[in-house]
Amino acid sequence: MKTFTYRTATDTAGGLEPGAAFLAGGTNLVDLMKLGVATPDVLVDVTRLGLDEVTSLEGGGLRIGAGVRNSDLAAHPAVRRDFPVLSQGLLAGASGQLRNMATTGGNLLQRTRCRYFMDATKPCNKHAPGTGCPARQGDHRNLAILGGSEHCIATHPSDMAVALVALDAVVNTSQRSLPVSDLYRLPGDDPSRDTILDHGELITSVDLPALAMPSTYRKVRDRASYAFAVSSIAAAAKVADGRVTDVRLAFGAVAPKPWRALIAEEALRGKPATRESFLAAADAELAAAEPLKDNAFKIPLVRNLVASVLEGLTS
Amino acid sequence: MTATARRAVGQPLQRVEGPDKVTGAAKYAAEYQVDGDLAYAWVVQSPVARGRLADVQVDPLLDVIAVLWHGNALPLEDSDDPELAVLQSDRISYRGQAVALVVARSLEAARRGAQELSLTIEKEPHDAVLRTDDPDLYTPDVVNPSFPSETSAGDVSVEAPVAVDVTYTTPALHNNPMEPHATTALWSGDDLILYDSNQHPAGVAATVGALFGLEPDQVHVVTEHVGGGFGSKGTARPNAVLAAMAAKVTGHPVKLALPRRALFSMVGHRTPTIQRVRLGATADGVLQVIDHEAYSQSSRLFEFAEQTAVATRHMYAAPNRRTGHRLARLDMPTPRWMRAPGEAPGMVALECAMDELAVALDMDPIELRVRNEPTVDPDSGKPFTSRHYVECLRQGAARFGWEDRDLRPRQRREGDWWIGTGVAGATYPTMAQPSTARVRDLGTQEFEVAIAAADLGTGARTILTQIAADELGVPVERVRLRIGDSTLPPASVAGGSSGSASWGWAVTGACRALRETGKSEAVFDSSELIAEQEKEGKHAFGAHFAEVRVDAVTGEVRVSRLFGMYACGRILNPRTARSQFLGGMVMGMGMALHEEGVLDPAMGDWVNHDLAEYHIPAHADVESVEAEWLDEQDTSLNPMGSKGIGEIGIVGSPAAILNAIWHATGVRVRDLPARLDKILPYL
Repeated sequence: MKTFTYRTATDTAGGLEPGAAFLAGGTNLVDLMKLGVATPDVLVDVTRLGLDEVTSLEGGGLRIGAGVRNSDLAAHPAVRRDFPVLSQGLLAGASGQLRNMATTGGNLLQRTRCRYFMDATKPCNKHAPGTGCPARQGDHRNLAILGGSEHCIATHPSDMAVALVALDAVVNTSQRSLPVSDLYRLPGDDPSRDTILDHGELITSVDLPALAMPSTYRKVRDRASYAFAVSSIAAAAKVADGRVTDVRLAFGAVAPKPWRALIAEEALRGKPATRESFLAAADAELAAAEPLKDNAFKIPLVRNLVASVLEGLTS
Repeated sequence: MTATARRAVGQPLQRVEGPDKVTGAAKYAAEYQVDGDLAYAWVVQSPVARGRLADVQVDPLLDVIAVLWHGNALPLEDSDDPELAVLQSDRISYRGQAVALVVARSLEAARRGAQELSLTIEKEPHDAVLRTDDPDLYTPDVVNPSFPSETSAGDVSVEAPVAVDVTYTTPALHNNPMEPHATTALWSGDDLILYDSNQHPAGVAATVGALFGLEPDQVHVVTEHVGGGFGSKGTARPNAVLAAMAAKVTGHPVKLALPRRALFSMVGHRTPTIQRVRLGATADGVLQVIDHEAYSQSSRLFEFAEQTAVATRHMYAAPNRRTGHRLARLDMPTPRWMRAPGEAPGMVALECAMDELAVALDMDPIELRVRNEPTVDPDSGKPFTSRHYVECLRQGAARFGWEDRDLRPRQRREGDWWIGTGVAGATYPTMAQPSTARVRDLGTQEFEVAIAAADLGTGARTILTQIAADELGVPVERVRLRIGDSTLPPASVAGGSSGSASWGWAVTGACRALRETGKSEAVFDSSELIAEQEKEGKHAFGAHFAEVRVDAVTGEVRVSRLFGMYACGRILNPRTARSQFLGGMVMGMGMALHEEGVLDPAMGDWVNHDLAEYHIPAHADVESVEAEWLDEQDTSLNPMGSKGIGEIGIVGSPAAILNAIWHATGVRVRDLPARLDKILPYL
């Protein structure tokens, strides 16, 4: 792997020289460096900045330090009690060892596991802009049906981020605060950038507003553990008098970013909490899907998931 | 404990090297500290599937000791295995082939050097896809190791009252031992020392020595511990040759551990197969026709013709039978042995087709099998020395809870789960190969038993200790077993489920000779006895049972129970045997549900080449898995009365799972692995 220099960050002001990268748990970046896909000259370790606490916010919310480890966050009593969708999402991801290392900020910024992106010997518009996307003709069974472009159909791999998008979480960086759903950008004609963050912009924490609804996370995968999602869903819903009064839905592994299903949510508000409503809402969201030969199965899969998970939450 | 004969074999002795392994004292090939200025090598793999490597340019600023490629590599002597003619030609025969080797003072520098190398390649069009209409398909003269490609009896074109005609496909599978193929190589004058991870130290010494023009006694291969091989370490692999060459050229001892990615192309894999099976039966389920045709692939380099349909020759009686093999030569890596080569994919097709026939007959699938039990081996016409297949089915059914099973699919539902059960037969040939063992009375009440065997982690060292203890009439504590070294008396390969039989035979002979002669040393070579032995009619059998549940919402499959009942002769050590059976069954689960080299035809490459993307069962996938065995007595096999058990667990277990998926859901998956997207549309 490419020789690099290492230093520890001393403050949360962010800022990086060209060619430098922040290092947190390293569970993704170090792999990419070994593979020659990421080639930073400098690593700046941000795990000693004291960003490893979960604190309460006024009104029942939580502030999660960017350095909080995934396993600690999943086990945090307030997360388990008030935000089960997040705890479940975290525990559905990776393995125990990886969750012990991976951080909140790093999890948000992990890269796609598209098999072409992960292989420096193959073309990929994300790791080598302009070389093309072989996935459309090649292996795309687990790639995007929503939000992709002719240049890239990668999926975002995080489970945690899907839950955070459903929770209307806010990301605080060294420069600004923004909704987590605005953190990510779609590939369009520049798949090389996954987020809108500037070079050297450091995520310092994530804020969770209070959630007054039951919530859950459901992940579908090809084996029972240690596999990225084939599709996943983060959901929260409230019902009064048999009607949906509030709902949050986000999909994982179907798009280049955690996919907030705003169309489905809109279609559900005020509607009877029935399987028919749920399926109609899913269909409304999935109408924009542009599947390829081998990933079209994700449409009925997500549709089933929406109905099944919402039935569970509202029954 | 007192020393009485016939006591250790059959006991669940713990692995004798277990403490060394769990404390980290056991050394693997890449872990030896060697004298001298150790260098590290990283292999450069071809980024194209077919073409010519015209030039390699090395940035002079790169921190490397040497870059070897065909333009500067050491010329090697000819080899039977073209995969070992590393860096000898400008031809590129598959993507992932070793085209250069970078040697540096650190692993990181070698890896970086490999990534920075500039290759000038003339790329050519390639063909990477196995298909039944390939005009270049041919019938190989023989299939591995030396079976006729085609067999035929009667007329398979006869019309039977009830028939199935089905095609099953299995993908490329990759052995993926935990320990990668690794070699630490050093030269001592003109002598070569290799610390190498393999299944046959003596074979590796002979093969690698011949490539460098060395006499057999000039090569010393040390293979003390091996972290699995599953067949892919059965012969010398390119890593041993590359490391030896690099050490010779640079004058440094050289360590080369192949990265996981290279294991997917450079060391062998299980060929993809396309298999058509036609079965015909009378209305009461008596087979009239068995017709099994298997398509598989090999590389341009080397004809490797997997014996996919051979197991079918021994399973069921029918007047009209045919098996055949067709082979395609593609611009893809050379397949090699992988646990139960032939039997594992072949029995998927046969045993799933039998299930489909049982459905067509509206008959219990166990009854169908029992009804077609042959009285003699259908292939040779000779009797089986022992079989007990029906007993495995019957007793396995009782243990598993098969009674009152509803023949109809899609009858059991618990919440979102469809639940079903399936059965499939298992078989594996019983073999033994010539080996030599030596025993010495150390004069301290202890005995040293030496044989150049390799223990892949399966318990060979332990079992040989037990066998020797009984033959010497001493407790196991008094036996010092030496294996894993090519300079010891020659042993056959740890393959074909034949290690215990082959080596145990030699050890038995040596220990008996010591006792009978009263001398302080005895050597025994089993070659003559094995040459005289009847080979036909010797097979292990078994039956696999699976209970699965399939999520009606998602199509996800979980295996609630997996059970194997085996007839494998005398079980030498129930602890290590159980582990082998369970491991085979879990690997069978992977074959049924998870494992697949995903081919990108345009790239000529399997695009998933790490253990994150090439799925094998995780712990959470394994719920209940159990193995039991019959007390089978067969004195015609070898002095221990044992049959090989290393591979039979993966034979039939995938079919049992696929058959259970059908029973749960009514969905018949004929294209492995049975992932959710192949099931969900039909739920």
